[in-house]
Amino acid sequence: MTETGYDPVVQGEPIALVDLLDRVLAGGVVIVGDVTLSIADVDLVRVSVRALVSSVSALMDTMDEPPRQEYG
Amino acid sequence: MTSDSGWVWLYGVAGDGFEAVAGDVAGVGGRPPRTITAAGLTAIVGDVGDREYGEVVLPRNLEDLDWLARTARAHHAVLEAVTARDPVVPMRLATLFADDDGVIGMLRERAADLRRALSVVSARSEWGVKAYAAKPAEPAVAPASQATGPGAAYLQRRRAQLNASKDAREEALASAQAVYAELGRLAVSARLYPPQTPDLAGQPTPMVLNAAYLVANEQAGEFASAVTELATRHRFVQLTITGPWPAYSFVGEGERPGPR
Repeated sequence: MTETGYDPVVQGEPIALVDLLDRVLAGGVVIVGDVTLSIADVDLVRVSVRALVSSVSALMDTMDEPPRQEYG
Repeated sequence: MTSDSGWVWLYGVAGDGFEAVAGDVAGVGGRPPRTITAAGLTAIVGDVGDREYGEVVLPRNLEDLDWLARTARAHHAVLEAVTARDPVVPMRLATLFADDDGVIGMLRERAADLRRALSVVSARSEWGVKAYAAKPAEPAVAPASQATGPGAAYLQRRRAQLNASKDAREEALASAQAVYAELGRLAVSARLYPPQTPDLAGQPTPMVLNAAYLVANEQAGEFASAVTELATRHRFVQLTITGPWPAYSFVGEGERPGPR
């Protein structure tokens, strides 16, 4: 085999916020607590993710150059 | 409903062998976590103030990216610290109770579900594996003799580039499927998340796989080696591995093994 792939990138600390939000907003046990947003909770979280997408886009726009990883 | 002091934030639930949260973890809102025991289970909780976490202001705060990031990281830090030692069922962000009695009532009511979830996460960890399409290689430049002029040469080169990037995309998707299936054989269960957009992922090429795996701790080394091996075999994708995570992705209701 002459074809070579890429070594996997092991992502350590700090963990990427987007990976964390995938998990803490869409994973975990859903328990109806005492705060009455419980049922609306799911919708809220979706709204939050939308907010995140637009906020991060805005954030990226203000940065000179987003970190890029070159391959090969 | 609200008490003067505030709310009880629920991080997760452990078994009755759980002793205490390690001292130096700052919880949500900077308040150290503590435990509440009932029904043979241990709730890991923290106290949060009404001004920031009350039902009126909380929805608004969840829309604030800085607040959300800070809170998610604090929630995670506590869970990461406790899952390093004991099996813990993590809760979704922002699970709040008016007081300790609310938590105790929940523990009693949901004891069977929580025990089942505890047995699922026991001696296992979650690992994240993402795949990005690799940057397509520059196609070889066509020999000058084949081109009849600069325009034709350009079109030929452009066509070759488009073909190469289309092939690379298809190959990347096929690789992602193969990687997902192969790693699944080393896992207890797997779950697919929607691919993150390039902006969010901070990568120049599209994400083609965003998967979570629940892996027995004793197989973690084998799992990581498999990722390395797959990375060298599939040259059209760039793989990343994250973890170990608390088993966020494998404790939800209606969670099932395999892709959603």
